[in-house]
Amino acid sequence: MDQTIRAAGLRRDSAVLGSRDRSGPELSRSRLDNGLEIVVIPDRRVPVVTHMVWYRNGSADDPLGQSGIAHFLEHLMFKGTERHPAGEFSKVVSALGGQENAFTSFDYTAYFQRVAPPHLGRMMEFEADRMSGLNFDDSVVAPERDVVLEERRMRVETDPSAQLSEAMAAALFVHHPYGIPIIGWMHEIEGLNRTHALDYYRRFYSPDNAILVVAGDVEASEVVRLAEGTYGRNAPHGGPGARQRPREPEPRASRHLSVADPKVEQPTLQRLYLVPSTRTASGGEAHALEVLAELLGGGPTSHLYRTLVLESGRAVNAGAWYMGSAIDESRFSVYAVPAEGLSPTDIEPELNQAIATCVASVTDDAIERAKTRLIAETIYSLDSQSSLARIYGSALAVGETLEDVRRWPDDIRAVTRDQLAEVAERYLVPRRSVTGYLLKDTSC
Amino acid sequence: MSAALAEAGASPADVGSLISPGGIEAWRVESDFVPLVAVAFTFEGGAAQDPPGKAGAAQMLSRLLDEGAGPYRSDAFQERLANQAIELGFTTGPDAIGGSLKSLTAHADEAFELLRLALAEPRFDEDAVERVRAQTIAGLRYQANDPGTVATKRFFAEAFPGHPYGRPVSGTVESVAAITRDDLVDLHSRILSRGRVKIAVVGDMKADELALRLDHVFGALPEESRLDPVPDIELQGCGKRVVVDLDVPQSVIRFGVPGLSWRDPDFIPAYVLNHILGGGAFTSRLFQEVREKRGLAYGVGTSLASYRRTAMTWGYTATKNERVVECLDVIAAETRRLSEEGPSDDELAKAKDYLIGSYALGFDTSTKIAHQLAQIAFEELGIDYIRRRNRLIAAVTEEDVRRAAARTIGAAEALVIIAGRPVGI
Repeated sequence: MDQTIRAAGLRRDSAVLGSRDRSGPELSRSRLDNGLEIVVIPDRRVPVVTHMVWYRNGSADDPLGQSGIAHFLEHLMFKGTERHPAGEFSKVVSALGGQENAFTSFDYTAYFQRVAPPHLGRMMEFEADRMSGLNFDDSVVAPERDVVLEERRMRVETDPSAQLSEAMAAALFVHHPYGIPIIGWMHEIEGLNRTHALDYYRRFYSPDNAILVVAGDVEASEVVRLAEGTYGRNAPHGGPGARQRPREPEPRASRHLSVADPKVEQPTLQRLYLVPSTRTASGGEAHALEVLAELLGGGPTSHLYRTLVLESGRAVNAGAWYMGSAIDESRFSVYAVPAEGLSPTDIEPELNQAIATCVASVTDDAIERAKTRLIAETIYSLDSQSSLARIYGSALAVGETLEDVRRWPDDIRAVTRDQLAEVAERYLVPRRSVTGYLLKDTSC
Repeated sequence: MSAALAEAGASPADVGSLISPGGIEAWRVESDFVPLVAVAFTFEGGAAQDPPGKAGAAQMLSRLLDEGAGPYRSDAFQERLANQAIELGFTTGPDAIGGSLKSLTAHADEAFELLRLALAEPRFDEDAVERVRAQTIAGLRYQANDPGTVATKRFFAEAFPGHPYGRPVSGTVESVAAITRDDLVDLHSRILSRGRVKIAVVGDMKADELALRLDHVFGALPEESRLDPVPDIELQGCGKRVVVDLDVPQSVIRFGVPGLSWRDPDFIPAYVLNHILGGGAFTSRLFQEVREKRGLAYGVGTSLASYRRTAMTWGYTATKNERVVECLDVIAAETRRLSEEGPSDDELAKAKDYLIGSYALGFDTSTKIAHQLAQIAFEELGIDYIRRRNRLIAAVTEEDVRRAAARTIGAAEALVIIAGRPVGI
């Protein structure tokens, strides 16, 4: 154990939290000789443990022309190893009354099980086994690729709104792979095969590219002991190397695009801005963007909702969000749903005006409210061990530190009105933006 | 392993009943690990109470409860919630209007006062009514041609024709347009009563404090509901296949047969049967046959739906148009095989192990515990249900499962709805 720190959001000195002094879980952190990082989050309320392994690779690391391979491999990780045939791990999890799944994002891929604490060791044996021993027959590849194609049809091919989102990301990131969908492009998924998957697996799946996060009713020393006997047997690869993705050029063009489909009955307007992430930002800009998104478009008390929905009534809904957790430059989104009879272009000037005047026109109370809501989320997350495991796992997987997570509430609290004005003026500008219209195609 | 887990899983069952001085009952679990309190509550009477031609009224009512109440207009009310990060929300189902409240313990005074106002004194200001109407209609339009939404709506329309359950909970563009403020005021006074509400509270709050708050919040409501009777109905259209034409490359499929209600003695066997056929795990027969072996779909599964006046076993999947026939054949064949041959001993044992062991996973956050308790209370299964539940599962025999199959998946051909352009149907 080389570090012990307090969990995020547990300071008791703020008005939000009241005056009661209560400690949160003490996180334990350690590292095996083979490079595997370990974080243990105690939660003794329920006889459940959440076991997660995070790999520091996601869709943005897909080789050129093989979009979707990170996600396809995530599916194939359930197809057996040299020691355990396909489906055996899932059968064991199920017979133990556990739940399992996995997910792929731009910067990471993660696998998890939730079981009763006595079974943690078994989960570790299986998960460690598929970290190095993946082996599946070619016959399982084609049906699983069909599954992924059906997943893409479900999520994108049948949904014009998802098609607009994909087109907008592809336009926003002119050079960086964040512009490529996590699931991959249809025609490239169709070409993925066993060799692609295993090459990718050998490159990225190793203990020195992974983070083990365990949350629940377990002792940290016991977790480390179990990890040594399981993951500790996997040899390091020397790591996949630095995560060098092409950097976005300085954007110059304001981009507008549209998806028109006969199935659309309700037009919408979406917008993306290219902005710093928690990793690329300096001087607290990421925290300022976080507060700005909440202030501008977090729920019914936000500036956009107030001006466009409550006051002018020209939109029926409006909001904003910021994806701060990313290795490279990321996205800030604004959306609005026009009122009946209005088109996205009808309300766009008003939306632009609301964005431009947001920081200058909101009250100090509104800024405080935005911060309060963000910070309260970290307290609420203490109620869910799987949320905590995700918060810490994703932060470490994109290269943030536990200290960054611990400081987050303080950093949010420290954001000033001037900083909000600065990030809004610097980043929410036309040349950094892509605006998308979802429209009804009336031509057929 | 199962026995130990069954005991462990019963730990959230440190649930007690509390009756306030004013006679309001709540089930509660006290825990001070996190300084928050979570409340879940369910009022009898939901979308099935919508007036004729005004489908969507109960949902619109539930959306208006936090859009202005007592002295506060909508924006002021929402600001008071947001100022202290109090989360308040309402949902509507066919039989109930439910809600939840989550607050830091330090802000409980404000949280419970806002809840009281929302339940007892909603304003239904004209601008709020029109805004929620416009949002609801925009939502209906947004999903008008979403294959999953279209398939589900058609399924209920075919399964329960002429019955309140056949109408969409969120209504239609026309029915929502027809709802008046008077409709909402009337529905509010008919449904939100202290005599027909089930309440669960989990978190950092002592019993005596909670008792006072219960009286404050729910004591303000009328004693009794005035609900229209809803007739019993059995799922209709068995054996029927309906295609809803949509220009999409993948068809969304819904299928269902009559089922058993929570309070039926064969419900637990039917629940075990459902787990084997198409329950949530990667091990279910449909998941194996449809997804793992054939790559026909990303998602496939079945579940039991138990309403006050009907029950069904129904399922979902989505496959490309060219493979719809194959997919339906596989689902029908697996369903038939399971109902005719029953589960294997091993399959039954593993299903029971899973259902017993995983029960605790549904009790790992205050909000989840509160919702589970409110649902158990709503179904009138008894406060000891959490303790009894795993023993009920453990007692299920192969004969029980076969009997449940004969009463459900073996009793009728499925009603099948396909939204898309299926080839060969």
